[in-house]
Amino acid sequence: MIFPVLRRVAPQLITLFALIVLITLIFPSFLNLSLVDGRLVGPLVDAAKRSAPVALLAVGMTLVIATKGIDLSVGAIIAICGASAAWAVGAGYGLGPALLIALSAGIACGLWNGVLVAIVGIQPFVATLILMTAGRGIAQLITEGRILTFTDPGFAWIGSGTLLGLPVPVWLWFSTAVLMALILRRTALGMLIEAVGINRRASALSGVNARVLLIAVYAVAGFCAALAGLVVTADIRGADANNAGLWLELDAILAVVIGGNSLLGGRFSIAASVIGALIIQTINAGILLAGFPPEYNLVIKAALVVVILVVQSPSLGGHFAFLRTALLSRREARHAPQTEEPKP
Amino acid sequence: MTYKTFLASTAIVALTTGGAFAQVIGFSQIGSESGWRAAETTLTRMEAEERGYDLRFSDAQQRQENQIAAIRSFVAQGVDAILLAPVVETGWDAVLEEAAEAEIPVILLDRMVDSSDDLYLTAVGSDLVHEGAVAGQWLVDTVAGEDCRVAELQGTTGSSPAIDRKTGFEQAIADHDNIEIVRSQTGDFTRSGGKTVMEGFLQAEGGGAGICAVYAHNDDMALGAIQAINEAGLKPGEDILVVSIDAVPDVFLAIANGEANATVELTPNMAGPAFDALEAYWADGTVPPKFIQTESTLYTQADDPQGEYDTRKDLGY
Amino acid sequence: MLLTVKNLSKSFLGSRALDAVDFDLAAGEVHALLGENGAGKSTLIKCLTGAYHRDAGTIALEGEAIDPRSTSQAQDLGIGTVYQEVNLLPNLTVAQNLTFGREPTRFGLIDARARTRLAREMLDGYGLDIDVNRDLGAYSVAIQQIVAIARAVSLSGKVLILDEPTASLDAREVEMLFKVVRDLRDRGLGIVFISHFLDQVFTISDRITVLRNGRRIVTEDTARIDRVKLIEHMLGHALESEVEARAGAAAPEKGGRPIAFSFRNIGRQGVIEPFDLDIHEGEVVGLAGLLGSGRTESAELLYGIRTAQTGEARDANGPINIRNPRAAIAAGFGFAPEDRKTDGIVADLTIRENIVLALQASKGWMRPIPRAEQNRLADEYIEKLDIRTTGREKLIGELSGGNQQKVILARWLAMNPRFLILDEPTRGIDVGAHAEIVRLIRALNEKGMSLLVISSELEELIAVSDRIIVVRDRRHVAELAGDQMTTDTIVRAIAAPDANPEEAA
Repeated sequence: MIFPVLRRVAPQLITLFALIVLITLIFPSFLNLSLVDGRLVGPLVDAAKRSAPVALLAVGMTLVIATKGIDLSVGAIIAICGASAAWAVGAGYGLGPALLIALSAGIACGLWNGVLVAIVGIQPFVATLILMTAGRGIAQLITEGRILTFTDPGFAWIGSGTLLGLPVPVWLWFSTAVLMALILRRTALGMLIEAVGINRRASALSGVNARVLLIAVYAVAGFCAALAGLVVTADIRGADANNAGLWLELDAILAVVIGGNSLLGGRFSIAASVIGALIIQTINAGILLAGFPPEYNLVIKAALVVVILVVQSPSLGGHFAFLRTALLSRREARHAPQTEEPKP
Repeated sequence: MTYKTFLASTAIVALTTGGAFAQVIGFSQIGSESGWRAAETTLTRMEAEERGYDLRFSDAQQRQENQIAAIRSFVAQGVDAILLAPVVETGWDAVLEEAAEAEIPVILLDRMVDSSDDLYLTAVGSDLVHEGAVAGQWLVDTVAGEDCRVAELQGTTGSSPAIDRKTGFEQAIADHDNIEIVRSQTGDFTRSGGKTVMEGFLQAEGGGAGICAVYAHNDDMALGAIQAINEAGLKPGEDILVVSIDAVPDVFLAIANGEANATVELTPNMAGPAFDALEAYWADGTVPPKFIQTESTLYTQADDPQGEYDTRKDLGY
Repeated sequence: MLLTVKNLSKSFLGSRALDAVDFDLAAGEVHALLGENGAGKSTLIKCLTGAYHRDAGTIALEGEAIDPRSTSQAQDLGIGTVYQEVNLLPNLTVAQNLTFGREPTRFGLIDARARTRLAREMLDGYGLDIDVNRDLGAYSVAIQQIVAIARAVSLSGKVLILDEPTASLDAREVEMLFKVVRDLRDRGLGIVFISHFLDQVFTISDRITVLRNGRRIVTEDTARIDRVKLIEHMLGHALESEVEARAGAAAPEKGGRPIAFSFRNIGRQGVIEPFDLDIHEGEVVGLAGLLGSGRTESAELLYGIRTAQTGEARDANGPINIRNPRAAIAAGFGFAPEDRKTDGIVADLTIRENIVLALQASKGWMRPIPRAEQNRLADEYIEKLDIRTTGREKLIGELSGGNQQKVILARWLAMNPRFLILDEPTRGIDVGAHAEIVRLIRALNEKGMSLLVISSELEELIAVSDRIIVVRDRRHVAELAGDQMTTDTIVRAIAAPDANPEEAA
């Protein structure tokens, strides 16, 4: 069970490792770890913590993409859920109900997307574009256009607290990913989602309830976005409807792609997507530490992403294999006695 | 009487009597994209009310064509003056000429246009470079010759506030070798951006030991940075000085409890100086200078931050 | 002759789609072009309209050799085409569609009034009373067809090719269209008419040409052609009833067994006329008919892929729900579709996953089939059905067609269904696998499973079926059993101009 998973995520793990090595070469203290007041601190821990929003989104996005869909609205859902949680805490509902309200809001947003895609039959790109556009407006209505701050220490703990030595957001994305992977692989859900993503019609003719599956997948994406929204909001102790989760849907899609999942649907790996999110955040951390002027940030990030995707691309893998055999055969040809003309 | 019915009825009165009652002033606002913008609208209304003007407000929702339409409608209504916060710099010539032909003075608020300056009476705005300089000067005075390594949180890369506030700050510290900017990154004017970047700075500078002050291009990034400093186990305001620009209400709370040190105000009250200039113009034809610079007031822990918070908290920030 | 085609040949990747075909068309005639799928009809049409370029042969229009390189060139020469799917723009007005590409202009701008006038002139004589300034999409498919014809005629004006124009029209609309076609014929146009509906072909055409396997089999005046002969030409069966091998004759009579499923009055407008069907336990019912006759559509209604508008289904215990595939599966149905690639296999999943898919779907996601059980099922069927693969974890997309079909069968056998529908189970499968699948159908049948088999291979259908139902023009027109089940009687039933099979036989 473990071995095939490892083999699947090997390219991503190697990429992550290579990045860490690269950054450490430029900036040796990147690997520093120390225990302060019973919590681990260091650049790596911070990178893992900062990965939380994108990693959480990537979990949901992986499933949506596995069904041949895409969810552009998760960034806006982050804003909505963050705003509702901050509003509820501020209005004195208490932490528990506030979290419940935020998570329900996320699931409701996901259900809306799912219904548009699975029942109304709108293309996922367009269907989720609707909420992507409208969602931020809804969040602004909740916050009345200002940054809604709160002081509830329990809520803040979600963003900056520590549990067993590690930041709470790290636990959050880690447990969400593990739990989701377990649910998908220990039940038949994973295979059914893949079947629907590869051939929805054939799956439906075999009795797979494609509609319900599609709706559920978007609901899960909404739930994951809600968790990400809680982390983002708790982190700055305020709901910033204009900026919370802005463009994060694109980072999440990128994480899924770096994770080697096809945008055409089908086979998926949550672990690989989450490592993809870690890779993106490691790049961000490296850029920050390196101290380049900010004008270079996006260019460096894009260049690294291109390199990663090109190296992982299967067709290039084929070229490498071809090159290797070509080199090998040339070497052999050189060592072989030159009795006849070498054939081209 | 609600504002709307007031507006409607005065519109009729104004049209029929040619403005024999209160002065009628049209205000074409960009929109309400930020708390600062909302506060500017609130303050303009308050100023107009205080002076007994009849203010006709038009929200352009970030579109120049809406603003042009609003100005044309103001001209048609024969208002006595027009306030314009232009959404973009270019493309105003035609409509400003129409206002000039109708002999209606136009005052620009907060942003500039590229039209010839005889098409408007004056422009009221703040000097972004000067704001940066005020913040820099505060730091120069505060550290008083001691060595200080500064981390700078820039605004959105390439935006004019980011460029100008950086320039002003650098000019103020240029002659003081004891102050040096050691880290500078963009936090995109957001709290989470400020927090994330500050965390990186703290790590890169020995857990914060190498940083003596943070200069943030806006208060939101400073508030994010304060959280990052707190979470790194340091005391913002003491271990690391925090100075920023804008003077939004939340930063006064931070100043009040000692976590931030100073902020430079970008006043949302552009209408006050504009109305002053108008009154002088109406009274004896005094032509104001083409640019009226608002004050960039510095607020520190000594300036009753709690009181400042209370006066600002309901302005719509 | 208006149009003369001689020795036309066309190959794709080495396989001959058209092999030295001759074809001619006189002015003022309707010439029907018949043939089963893959006979070469559409290749011939595409060579005429310039969509394909022929490899060899000549095409002459009014005695002059032509060589159209594109459909618009063919149009300019005088050859216009109207397809089954109207290729006009439903969101433009009728007038815009009619004048598209040659709008009347005034001072360089489109003159809307002149356009309306022109459009009305173009529609003059088609007996349509419609507002040319409404969106085309607001009108029925029949009217859209006629608008398309009007456009094609005014653009081209010599040869009109109608490719399955009646496929989605009802009887009244067909009559309306035929009136237009006859008027055009009387105006001297040459019309090529392609249709699967034999009755319509006999109603409208003056001559008929049959293609099979890329060759022209026969060209004959419609008045002189015999329906049975025509079907024989299309299917390629030499009908010698006395040498007919009746494999089913030896099978025990199964009519005495209890009825497993009984369908009453199942139908859907425009898809298939309501039909009754009783299926006994352990019985194999064959569905015969030409392509597009309503064979597959019957199966789709029974399996709930399309919901029946009328009728009900029962088993021994009372009414059953077949409103959608999941309900049908719950009632014990299974369905191996005709188009394996798009409707059957899940290409990027393994053989194992494809086999357990239906079983898993019926159990629900909460109750996963343990991996060991999945492996056992997969291995069992790989062995039983002799699926040629290197292992159960191979992707099904990498298998040959025959082996893919066996995996689909395994998917249903793993469910142990009571009623299995097989639509063209042997299409596109090599001879060896073919025989195995036929053997498999017999074996299932002996186990007591009821089957409905759809096939164009009449001998094969006779060999496996206890009873054969003939479908023509979206109606179940005949039921043949026992000695009546010969290719001869089936072909006669398919060819019969009315619904009475006894008369035909």
